[in-house]
Amino acid sequence: MEHDPTTGNWAGETKPVTRRGLLLRAGVALSAIGGALLALPVVGYVAGVLLRRKPYQAWVSLGPVADYAERQTRLATYRNPFTTPLDGAAADVPCWVRRIEGEKFQVFAINCSHLGCPVRWFPESGLFMCPCHGGVYYEDGSRASGPPPRGLFEYAYRIENGELLVKGGELPTLSNPV
Amino acid sequence: MQRLRALYAWFDQRLGLGSFFAETAGHLVPESSGSWFYVFGSATLLCFVIQVLTGICLSLVYVPSAAEAYTSLEYLNYEVPLGWYLRAVHYWGSNFMVALLSVHMAQVFLFGAYKYPRELTWISGCLLFLLTLGMAFTGQILRWDQDAYWGVGIGMSIAGRTPFLGEPLVHAVLGGPIIGAATLSRFFALHVFVLVGLIIAVITLHLRLVLRSGISEYPDPDQPVDRATYHARYEDLIRRTGVPFFPNAIAKDLVFGALVILAILGAAAVFGPNGPNGPPDPTLIHTSPRPDFYFLPLFAVFALLPPYTETVLMLVGPVIGIALLFAVPFLDRSGQRNPLRRPVACLAVILVFLVLGSLAYLGETSPWSPEMDAWNGLPLPESAVAGRSPLQLVGAAVFQNKQCRNCHALGGTGGARGPSLDDVAARLSGDQLIRQVLRGGGNMPAYAKQLTPPEVTALVAWMETLHPAYEPPTHEKTWRRKKP
Repeated sequence: MEHDPTTGNWAGETKPVTRRGLLLRAGVALSAIGGALLALPVVGYVAGVLLRRKPYQAWVSLGPVADYAERQTRLATYRNPFTTPLDGAAADVPCWVRRIEGEKFQVFAINCSHLGCPVRWFPESGLFMCPCHGGVYYEDGSRASGPPPRGLFEYAYRIENGELLVKGGELPTLSNPV
Repeated sequence: MQRLRALYAWFDQRLGLGSFFAETAGHLVPESSGSWFYVFGSATLLCFVIQVLTGICLSLVYVPSAAEAYTSLEYLNYEVPLGWYLRAVHYWGSNFMVALLSVHMAQVFLFGAYKYPRELTWISGCLLFLLTLGMAFTGQILRWDQDAYWGVGIGMSIAGRTPFLGEPLVHAVLGGPIIGAATLSRFFALHVFVLVGLIIAVITLHLRLVLRSGISEYPDPDQPVDRATYHARYEDLIRRTGVPFFPNAIAKDLVFGALVILAILGAAAVFGPNGPNGPPDPTLIHTSPRPDFYFLPLFAVFALLPPYTETVLMLVGPVIGIALLFAVPFLDRSGQRNPLRRPVACLAVILVFLVLGSLAYLGETSPWSPEMDAWNGLPLPESAVAGRSPLQLVGAAVFQNKQCRNCHALGGTGGARGPSLDDVAARLSGDQLIRQVLRGGGNMPAYAKQLTPPEVTALVAWMETLHPAYEPPTHEKTWRRKKP
């Protein structure tokens, strides 16, 4: 004969519901409901960032187009548009701006597409080099050598009232290239 | 005396001190386990206690805010009395904790102490190992300097490679779209609350298991583990040779523990705290991020893996590795425990430590990284310029100015990404050199767009003079071979 501890019954035997058994079941059920109610705001709070529908993307200015000489590449920085007052300098995001000619630009994320380290520009050899694992890119951002799986991440850009705007706001990764 | 005894009796009656002591510190252990090989676990625990103590002290001053953390660390270093020293003790304590935990694991593995009936002790120990590495990583981020900032970036670049879940995973860890205030606060909560709580819980379980299954006896080659007889034999061993852990077996733990404390305090006093290394301002891009030593092997692996295997190995490799670690007691359940009779286990440990050591060395020296300042910081060796024609000297200048030196060493200095050029003329003919410079290949970028034809002519003219005295240039060798 088998004993079922949740009902207090032996198999084959149907006992009437006792006060003790009912109270236990009610207790377990109420605690489960209470726990779930508590978990809801806690999980929502921690995972709130995942519930956001709007993408972290906004147009930010990199200053007047005239600041960028033609056929040259230089560093520019912008303040991340989704920053909070507590971010400090961490929200100042650098990027490489290449002005090909006229209004033709390329704006690269600073992060190497391999593992996100900051690439450096060497105008003499026309290469971007990464200090972490030796990724190298040509001046147009395409991969030249090393472990990167693709070229540099490139921002969408537009020119408005003589200012260069880029669409930024997120840390670029392979699953989310700017 | 009478009074004290009465006082003790009063507490003992209520708290059960006597039986608690008998079941824990006073429990019987095999006399053979009072060995110098058995001191690493307690030493790791000691490190944890030191970490908690110094960690609490640091939290009195440290500000977990992205805008102020760096300043608060500098304040600790330079203004708070002994602040620098507590930071140093916390840093060296973490190094010792990871190192001693690794040695403890290696010892347990070599002595086959994970075998029946101590499988769960091993598994809880593996959990502690992972949690400790978690503490090491999160702690490194709390240093909130350049290495920390880009270290998070590296972690997120790996997480971002996860199929489908990459983006939400990155956002969940960062607490937002970029590395910022929310990120640091998350790592702070993990480092001081979540992981510490988990470690205390798992240590409790680990010690409970040690008490319940008993400390493994020193492995006797003539007494392999047999699941049918092990319990009876162990109980018999305890009956015959059992001694209370306190005071009989603890002496060596105490001596070693004291040495560990001295070593941590000494290292902290001599080498001081680590960093903070440069403010966490991403616009300061002239930085070469490197992790603390425990993650250097991983850092090196990422440079050395063939790129097409990388994403799979980064995401699946750790899972397989951890699963294997957990599976050890089930792959090897019983039998011989003595390391001298287990050559495969010994070789495995040697192999693992050699691999980790070599990778850490490579991570530290990073030969795969271009040496960013070689082109404008290093002089050309005299042997590479002496007696050269003006055209060849122009070529040498092109070599420096076009950053070739960042990847190619000359006279033992310069980058190690590409081959050294000391003997390049002995390997490649003039035509081959032109082709290689213009078109690249074999992990070298193509320079056709960056060099004018006269520059290429000069560069190759100079490179054709680079060969050791005992080995002629290639074209001469070919020419000689062709001559009948």
